[in-house]
Amino acid sequence: MLKIEGLTAEVEGKPILKGIDLEVPAGEVHAIMGPNGSGKSTLSYVLSGREGYEITGGSVTFDGRDLLAMEPEERAAAGLFLAFQYPVELPGVGNANFLRTALNAIRRARGEAELDAMQFLKLARAKLKALHMSEDMIKRNVNVGFSGGEKKRNEVLQMALLEPKLAILDETDSGLDIDALKIVADGVNAMRGPGFSALVITHYQRLLDHIVPDRVHVLMGGRIVKSGPASLALELEAEGYAKVAA
Amino acid sequence: MPAVAETIETVQSVQEGGYKWGFETDIEMEFAPKGLNEDIVRFISKKKNEPEWLLEWRLKAFALWRKMEEPRWAAVSFPPIDYQDAHYYAAPKQKAAPKSLDEVDPELLRTYEKLGIPLREQERLQGIAVDAVFDSVSVATTFKDRLEKEGIIFCSISEAVQSHPELVREYLGSVVPQADNFFAALNSAVFTDGSFVYIPKGVRCPMELSTYFRINAKSTGQFERTLIIADAGSYVSYLEGCTAPMRDENQLHAAVVELIALDDATIKYSTVQNWYPGDAEGRGGIYNFVTKRGACRGARSKISWTQVETGSAITWKYPSCILQGDDSVGEFYSVAITNNRQQADTGTKMFHIGRNTRSTIVSKGISAGRGQNTYRGLVKISPKATGARNFTQCDSLLIGDQCGAHTVPYIENRCLSAKVEHEATTSRIAEDQLFYCRQRGLSEEEAVGLIVNGFCREVLKELPMEFAVEAQKLLAISLEGSVG
Repeated sequence: MLKIEGLTAEVEGKPILKGIDLEVPAGEVHAIMGPNGSGKSTLSYVLSGREGYEITGGSVTFDGRDLLAMEPEERAAAGLFLAFQYPVELPGVGNANFLRTALNAIRRARGEAELDAMQFLKLARAKLKALHMSEDMIKRNVNVGFSGGEKKRNEVLQMALLEPKLAILDETDSGLDIDALKIVADGVNAMRGPGFSALVITHYQRLLDHIVPDRVHVLMGGRIVKSGPASLALELEAEGYAKVAA
Repeated sequence: MPAVAETIETVQSVQEGGYKWGFETDIEMEFAPKGLNEDIVRFISKKKNEPEWLLEWRLKAFALWRKMEEPRWAAVSFPPIDYQDAHYYAAPKQKAAPKSLDEVDPELLRTYEKLGIPLREQERLQGIAVDAVFDSVSVATTFKDRLEKEGIIFCSISEAVQSHPELVREYLGSVVPQADNFFAALNSAVFTDGSFVYIPKGVRCPMELSTYFRINAKSTGQFERTLIIADAGSYVSYLEGCTAPMRDENQLHAAVVELIALDDATIKYSTVQNWYPGDAEGRGGIYNFVTKRGACRGARSKISWTQVETGSAITWKYPSCILQGDDSVGEFYSVAITNNRQQADTGTKMFHIGRNTRSTIVSKGISAGRGQNTYRGLVKISPKATGARNFTQCDSLLIGDQCGAHTVPYIENRCLSAKVEHEATTSRIAEDQLFYCRQRGLSEEEAVGLIVNGFCREVLKELPMEFAVEAQKLLAISLEGSVG
């Protein structure tokens, strides 16, 4: 599904990613763990195509396509979803309108028929119910006045609606209480299956108790220094990054 | 429309920066000779077969205008206008005034169809009566008979001068006097057509009334005059739309709109102004120098202005309310966009004279490219206006780093019991907002459209439904190419 080879990237002339090799096969959930400043967020932004990150080497293929040559919206249409660490507020933009516009943009790019307001509402209600979220969620403006937990839940709702092939969760657990964490984890787990992969970027083991990964990779100093099964996360929690990576 | 023609039009509209209304209608026209003098004023008056009093009224305005100077206090800049280098009357040639649509030149009907304003009976817009003004004359007014049954008069002002001279004489210039300002004086001297509306006592107008203004001819100005009178206890919602062909020259549009609301009457006046804005380098475009003012003469009367200003090279416009009646209400909701090299200096004036008068001002300015956008507003509260209240909110949105937004509020409060509130914000479309939308699959332009529409939501929701949809699309088109 996702294949990263020798990826190097800079921000404002400063090398951040120093040669990432990583492969996430279809249907697998991989976790990336690492201390602050190791390049976790940079990796998620490089993969989703944010401006300001200069790719200096390497390649990324997504579903057989050259990901780095695509515009951010093309990546989204191809099935890449980024759950933001800090979801952005859009004042005056209704969440339902935003979600429908996004869904229809992606459906259009895929050659599928667009949904009208009623069809969308029906779909959205079903997803809200499955995620145990209130319908208020789609009546409010996008992330405006949302608590930290509500913002993250909104990300999960968007993911459920857009049905990506690969979801990157960028520290989605930060700032969440245990109930919100469970809702987020349930949302991701509900999507697991042969057509869905995820890259779960996190600082802590906590989220991985609820989303159990197939593989864990340790990112330090812009490189993946160690990979292993889910139990690697427990080792990291117990012994710290420095010791495990040494 | 055949597919090929549509494709060609689409491609052209993309090349020309998205202005889709820039075509020219090839039709035989009759012009007044270029220039402006008493003879031209007489020529126009004669063409319109006007009574003596109106000619005198025009001549007085012309004499006043000659002594006045172009106002230069607005935050806009333009080279001196040669008022002698334009035609002050331009009308499609036709033998006599058309009695029905069958007598209207088909080319004109096609023009309005192309603009999305079908005038023929079977294709008319549902629930909207339209007066179509082409350069200096009104070419057609739809649904007149239906409205007459309710006692509503909706016709061109030229026609009203003939058929209802007493109403025109009583109210013309009663809100915007001839000497009000330079452009109002000019308009009073040479106005050619516009709409006239009278809603009788206690009547709620059953449909939206609308005037569609089209400038077509070269080297002309459009000087329309609109007069709306809502008698006691009546209600009317009126819409105004406008477009013009793309030309290298600047054309002057100096309109005057007067509204009068008597006791318990409500007038809702909405504008979607889409005059040709000029090209990306600032060549051509309309100078939109307009005086719009409403008088809430009666107790509990209400006048509400909503405007979406996307076009024109320069906009100079302050739709205002004179709140004379006790408990009368004035509202001003505005979205003004300036892209490329457009300039807008727009806002409102709220004069609180009656007791417990209330006014609300919501202004949303959007600047992109090298556009300059100024909100200029006056809230004036007289000593007798006890209990008066005003709330003003001015928000500016900047797209890119070469545009400008300015807010110039004037508040003159002479009444201790009055309350005046003013809020203002300036923000940018942030890179993270754009990226967030694009990550969800929206193109950059869709994202800008969504964010801008969100920013303008409080104003757009004031528009009648049909117009709101149109306005949303227009906002997106006006900002095409403003990012990236």
